[in-house]
Amino acid sequence: MLAFIIRRVAQALFVVLAMVIIVFFGTYVVGDPVWMMVPGDATQDQIEQVRREFGFDKPVHVQFLLFVADVLQGEFGRSYVHGGSAIGLILDRMPATLELALVALIFAVVIGLPLGVFAGLKPDHPAARTIMAGSILGFSLPTFWVGLMLIMFFSVMLGWLPATGRGPTTTVLGIETSLLTLKGWQHIALPALNLALLKISLVIRLARSGTREASLQDYVKFARAKGLSPKRIVGVHILKNIMIPIVTVLGLEFGSLVAFSVVTETIFAWPGMGKLLLESIQRLDRPLIVAYVMVVVLLFVTINLIVDILYSALDPRVRLAGKNE
Amino acid sequence: MTRPVLEVENLATHFFTREGVVKAVDGVSFSVGAGEVLGIVGESGSGKSVSGFSIMGLIDPPGKIVSGSIRLNGEEITARDEATMRKVRGKDLAMIFQDPMMTLNPVLRIDTQMIEAVLAHDNVSEQAARSRCIEALSMVGIPSPAERLVAYPHQFSGGMRQRVAIAIALLHRPKLIIADEPTTALDVTIQSQILAEVQKLCAETGTAMVWITHDLSVVAGLADRIAVMYAGRVVEEGPVERVLENPQHPYTNGLIGSVPSANPMGQRLRQIPGSTPSLGRLPPGCAFEPRCAFASDLCRQQRPAIGPDSGGARVACHHPLSRARAS
Ligand SMILES: Nc1ncnc2c1ncn2[C@@H]1O[C@H](COP(=O)(O)OP(=O)(O)O)[C@@H](O)[C@H]1O
Ligand code: SF4
Ligand SMILES: [Mg+2]
Repeated sequence: MLAFIIRRVAQALFVVLAMVIIVFFGTYVVGDPVWMMVPGDATQDQIEQVRREFGFDKPVHVQFLLFVADVLQGEFGRSYVHGGSAIGLILDRMPATLELALVALIFAVVIGLPLGVFAGLKPDHPAARTIMAGSILGFSLPTFWVGLMLIMFFSVMLGWLPATGRGPTTTVLGIETSLLTLKGWQHIALPALNLALLKISLVIRLARSGTREASLQDYVKFARAKGLSPKRIVGVHILKNIMIPIVTVLGLEFGSLVAFSVVTETIFAWPGMGKLLLESIQRLDRPLIVAYVMVVVLLFVTINLIVDILYSALDPRVRLAGKNE
Repeated sequence: MTRPVLEVENLATHFFTREGVVKAVDGVSFSVGAGEVLGIVGESGSGKSVSGFSIMGLIDPPGKIVSGSIRLNGEEITARDEATMRKVRGKDLAMIFQDPMMTLNPVLRIDTQMIEAVLAHDNVSEQAARSRCIEALSMVGIPSPAERLVAYPHQFSGGMRQRVAIAIALLHRPKLIIADEPTTALDVTIQSQILAEVQKLCAETGTAMVWITHDLSVVAGLADRIAVMYAGRVVEEGPVERVLENPQHPYTNGLIGSVPSANPMGQRLRQIPGSTPSLGRLPPGCAFEPRCAFASDLCRQQRPAIGPDSGGARVACHHPLSRARAS
């Protein structure tokens, strides 16, 4: 287990390093951030001064080494635009993004699982065909377009739900959340649904194929031969089996929810780190972009670890194999 | 004479597939009395499992029981709806499957799978259900049953898993157990241990049993009666001694000839020539005709109906073997 964790951490460090190099040089190629930082009518002297102040006058590899030296001392740099600590700005926005991703994940399971199980149990039912057609749409429609349609329909036409922003937040155990108020849920409903769309489709497909496969297994027939009710057979025998792949895949997909939230947050003006990232890219705010990348990579690594642990908790065969080692 | 526990009459179960109608079971009749063991024998694909699942009411689309009657203690069960049938399954009627590696749910503990079987039919406390499960496990010869109860299926060997399945089948002391090749997947020593124990348990509890197998030697020592199936039909049925010692149907005779122990040492086994016909394209006459050494024109044109012979058995053949020819 320890060797496993060490290997994981080493992999993660390598990924972080690679990402930092790519992002650093990538933003360098895209443009000179100094133009975003000085007023339009700045003199050449003023510009040169800003350049010197931020070290933009040095050759790019020197800039990079200086940056790496800073990072190794725990200093991630200051945002060119906001002035504050880059990592601090990202972490401030992280709860909003995680909250959005989490609610999207819940939507994916709560909506996707029953629909997928139904479609798997009654593959020829017209409703099942509709569900599957819907899941193909969910896969193929672009997220931003669906987001705009959701706003059009639920906010503009029906006026049921707010289209932008986050509801009032409360702090519980040091975590800031908007999920404790009705208003908070009203605000998060549309963006979370938008973000969940792909995952709902994914869960439907996984649940459907898992259910179809499990229903044909001897253990289901044997469960029926015992005289169990369909509710018990589906709810315990089938569900417990199909949950293993679903939990694994969804856990791994949580990272991509965070990544995709860039689009959703921008459409719904959700004050998370995805929206901040997009703004930073527009302004070539390199420290912020690099800090975002590092936070997200760390998030991915942590998620993968948690998924591995959850997986072994769900599947007794894996759990015991580990114990015997 | 008391009424048989199970009476199957003219049962026909067909599968309506895209390629056509598969008459997996087509006009099968047999009955089993209390405490009696009926062996159903036949090559793979002859409709043995489908007969068993039909009795359990576990035929799924595209399959359907198209005609016939199945009576349990004299009560017709083919017409019952699913909810009523569910009350019978696992309670009066139990079934053991062929592959013990597949019949237990791999992600649920044994206690979960046993206790739910108790609670499906009896309104008892979980504690009471648990002790009944422990009792059932020790009955089928599982050592330290209380500890084994909280294990997962993969922690058991194939033979032990089959014992668990048998314990589950016995939980409600059913009137009838259908055992669908329960020992085929196990090795020979475990097979004979389980056979002996099941026989003992059924004798003790008076449970009637249908033991399905493709291996005549398994039922020889176990069954009271034997029904030989071929291509969805019973071709010969009767008391075990009569069928094994004096087979009247050429197919039964061929099956006996292919059992190693029935042959003198050193003599080659006589395999039945040819293979099982496709159920979709059966010949118009006797289904066994293409493989039968005694086939006549009558056999090619007319399907033989099953009828009583002199020895308390029934045979479906135009030219049943005489005593002289069989020996
Ligand atoms: N679900 C099904 N769909 C179509 N045909 C089936 C199905 N189940 C069984 N059959 C047909 O029924 C025949 C008898 O099967 P089965 O009763 O399992 O044979 P066995 O005697 O080996 O137990 C097989 O040849 C198969 O073609
Ligand atoms: S009816 Fe004819 S073909 Fe069929 S088994 Fe009897 S003798 Fe052979
Ligand atoms: Mg079979």
